[in-house]
Amino acid sequence: MISEFTGLLSTVVFLPLAVAVVIAVFVKGDRVVRIFAGAAVLVELALSAVVMLRYDAAKGGVQLIDRVEDWIPVESLEVQYFLGVDGLSAPLVLLTGLLGMAAVFASWGIKHRVREYFVWLLILQTAVMGVFTALDFLLFFLLWELELVPMFFLISIWGSGRREYSAMKFLIYTFLGSAFMLVGILALFFMTGTFDMTALPTEIAAAAPIIPMGVLFTLLFIAFAVKLPVFPLHTWLPDAHTDAPTAVSVMLAGVLLKMGGYGMIRVSVTMFPDVISEAAQALAIFGVINVLYGAVVTMRQTDLKRLIAFSSISHMGYVLIGIAAVTGPEASTGLTGAAMQMFTHGTITGLMFLLVGLVYEKAHTRYIPDLGGLATRMPVLASAFLLAGLASLGLPGTSGFVAEILVFLGAFPAWSWATALSAFGIVITAGYILWMVQRTMFGPAKERFGNTRDATVAEMVPIFVLAAAVIGVGVYPSIISDVFAGEMAAVAEALRGPGLLALNN
Amino acid sequence: MTAHDIYLLSPEIAVASLAGLLLLLDLVVRRKGYLAPLALVGLIVPLALCILLWLDLDGGGAIRNEGILSGSLVVDRFSLFFKLLLLPVAAVVILMSGAYARKGGRFEAEFYALVLFSTSGMMLLASSVELITIYVALELTALPIAALAAFMPEGRSSESGLKFLILSGVSSALLLYGMVLVYGFTGSTFLPDVAARISEVGLDVDLPFGSYALLLGAVLIIAGFGFKITAFPFQMWAPDVYEGAPTSVTAFLSVASKAAGFAVILRVFYVAFPLESLSMEWSAIFAVLAALSMTVGNLIAIAQSNIKRMLAYSTIAHAGYIMVGLAAIAARVDSGQPDAGPSGVLFYLAGYAVTNLAAFAAVIAISARTGTDEIGGFAGMYRRAPLLAAVMAFSMISLTGVPPTVGFMAKIYIFGAAVNAGLMWLAVVGVLNSVISAYYYLRVVKVMVLSDPTDESRVSASLPVGAALAVTTAGILAFGLYPAPLIEFARTAVSVLL
Repeated sequence: MISEFTGLLSTVVFLPLAVAVVIAVFVKGDRVVRIFAGAAVLVELALSAVVMLRYDAAKGGVQLIDRVEDWIPVESLEVQYFLGVDGLSAPLVLLTGLLGMAAVFASWGIKHRVREYFVWLLILQTAVMGVFTALDFLLFFLLWELELVPMFFLISIWGSGRREYSAMKFLIYTFLGSAFMLVGILALFFMTGTFDMTALPTEIAAAAPIIPMGVLFTLLFIAFAVKLPVFPLHTWLPDAHTDAPTAVSVMLAGVLLKMGGYGMIRVSVTMFPDVISEAAQALAIFGVINVLYGAVVTMRQTDLKRLIAFSSISHMGYVLIGIAAVTGPEASTGLTGAAMQMFTHGTITGLMFLLVGLVYEKAHTRYIPDLGGLATRMPVLASAFLLAGLASLGLPGTSGFVAEILVFLGAFPAWSWATALSAFGIVITAGYILWMVQRTMFGPAKERFGNTRDATVAEMVPIFVLAAAVIGVGVYPSIISDVFAGEMAAVAEALRGPGLLALNN
Repeated sequence: MTAHDIYLLSPEIAVASLAGLLLLLDLVVRRKGYLAPLALVGLIVPLALCILLWLDLDGGGAIRNEGILSGSLVVDRFSLFFKLLLLPVAAVVILMSGAYARKGGRFEAEFYALVLFSTSGMMLLASSVELITIYVALELTALPIAALAAFMPEGRSSESGLKFLILSGVSSALLLYGMVLVYGFTGSTFLPDVAARISEVGLDVDLPFGSYALLLGAVLIIAGFGFKITAFPFQMWAPDVYEGAPTSVTAFLSVASKAAGFAVILRVFYVAFPLESLSMEWSAIFAVLAALSMTVGNLIAIAQSNIKRMLAYSTIAHAGYIMVGLAAIAARVDSGQPDAGPSGVLFYLAGYAVTNLAAFAAVIAISARTGTDEIGGFAGMYRRAPLLAAVMAFSMISLTGVPPTVGFMAKIYIFGAAVNAGLMWLAVVGVLNSVISAYYYLRVVKVMVLSDPTDESRVSASLPVGAALAVTTAGILAFGLYPAPLIEFARTAVSVLL
């Protein structure tokens, strides 16, 4: 019983999986495996761009629907196969396409168990694409869980350092979060009788809660908070990042963290308008802690990857603050800022990890005091590094600026002090970014880097694509932000509905 | 007993006759290698008869259910579900058993015959609606298993068999005592009559279970059955018996014996104690036992270094998950789907069967080569046997409950049933336990994938074990992606209980 089927999103979600199966079963030889994987992600990038282009932001709402209604047709578990994109998910699909491509090309030099590596990387991309497009809550959860398996293997087999410990820690944290989420999802289902995420906001408002809504909200929020990550649930992230191979760090920082923010906006905000208004203050506080704590800890790092990992925690704090803006008059600006922050941080940090991976590959160290003066040996890498750094600290003209300014504009009317405090995070960010770039790239050239080379042409492809995204969105932000803004305006509008009025009276 | 009665009982008769035939042929046939294939082919007969009976049932009451052996047995969708589950399980166990049966020397035929006798007992158990018949069927199930557990000439096999025999005896005694109390209170051993008498006599609302006799009876019955399903606190025997028994017998115990145990529990409690006041009481007991079984099983499993002991504690934990479905009776809240709990039990049992059989088949194939059941023996197995390692990893993922496996769907369904029945806390305990279990299941995967192998020689499964692996793995994946038919099947089966 097919009710609607465009096919585009199903292709986007399952193409990587299909190629992964083909590689696992048929393809022999590392070279051919690389070519298959590379072709797959290029097609995937093109398809995700098509999704973004075909999404009509003026019309809004859920589009490009793939829906089969009776996947599991039991009253107690009525699950649909339901994919679709709206203004929130369409740019994130594009982001996943971008970073999925970057991840595969960043892995060109993998020598160890090549076939398996690309199989897992492609499965990971299917899972993440699925999370952003699934509109049935159980399907969403299924894909959310599916992502654990490839991540576990990718970190534990191809990682470095204490990779097994980090992989297990990542797995336990995420699994624990999603365990709570599962209970929340089931409880929502028995309240409303549906897993349909598009119908849930209205159904929840109409249904009688079987457990207090605050508890339900918390169950779901914990999973997203682990993923984002929110202090104090963040400790898995530095370990996972430090020990993961480059491409996995790119995916982890670039898109996996965004699953948390996406879940918060898609579920916590739109389905729980009353609770989010009450929780907004806590979100603002946690946001400030994330921003400042993350930034201060980042200052202390000497390992390049660990440094960027902690800076991600700091940057994700802005997503929380943007979401906390829901109680203020500029709710839609704040939410748009949060969504923009996810997109821009994805491209910027993806680029950063890509560059760090290349630096490590060429200089054989990530220890900052040992580096220095690399700009003379690798000008292209150094320029890109500087660009990513400047974007990360929110320099106007780069995409980082747009996102942060929107967050501040949105959050200030509601939480002026929190916004003011978090704006101070930018100062610290400028400190650690500039310090890091100066200590690694500039200064006197060191003799032992005499033989290091700049990026090869193949390595430059993902760098240029991501750098173009960073500058492009910085110069002309509305190409992305308009899509977000349309959807977020609708979300904010819904928030102003009966729920918030009741609270104010 | 009429010819029609014989037809109704024909699957059990066919299985028992097949066992007898194997024993007889053993006396005359020289080449024992034909016995296992014969047993497999022979199992098609009872399977076909079960399907025939199921079709007759669908034909709109063409089948006469009352009166087999004075009404102590019944052939309905519920019992046929379990027979259709147990027969393939027995077939897979026979596929996996080759190496162990041959080690028994000239007793090869006896091995298969004992598996089949035990299976026929389990099938009777699923059909029984009378306490004494239940007891007899239970003994028919358990005694062959005790012999099978002690089958190996070396190692801890005889200890395993003896432990099983003694503890099985103790649990039977508890069960009998409980049955006596129920009989004393109601004056009947027939489950429907028990229910009728209870409502006739009336219950004291202030007492748990309405009367001390019934309370003690029900608790003792739960204790007796708790032994079969390895529920905490009746699980002590499981690790030692699982470790010592031949691995295929361990698989049989963990899957078939457990399924039959749950079949009879569902039957007894849904048919004999259906009153709402009573069902609230036993559901509460099962809820507490479920939470304890999961937690104890999972926590102790973490510390295990022997794969069979680990799977023994894992099976205790899974008994806990399945008991969630027992606790999830719909009486508690009026909304939702009334059959979610019991159909969840059936669905989970089927999913657990394919998953655990796959895991044990992989263990058999691997330990046949490495000669050890230690988890350390799995080191680097992905290099020595990529396919076997992949199947093992897949079954571990299914046991953890991660998609796209049947373990995931089964957990979702059964925890959903708990939420549906207002047991939110139990669902929370369940999912937290899944997280704990991820640690030790994935440690096996980790050892296979990350550790360096002790030697580089290839490991491969024999043809029958390979076939068992293929069938079960296909089951894990198929029901994980499209569970709807199996869920529907389970729901049809439990409709007779409600």
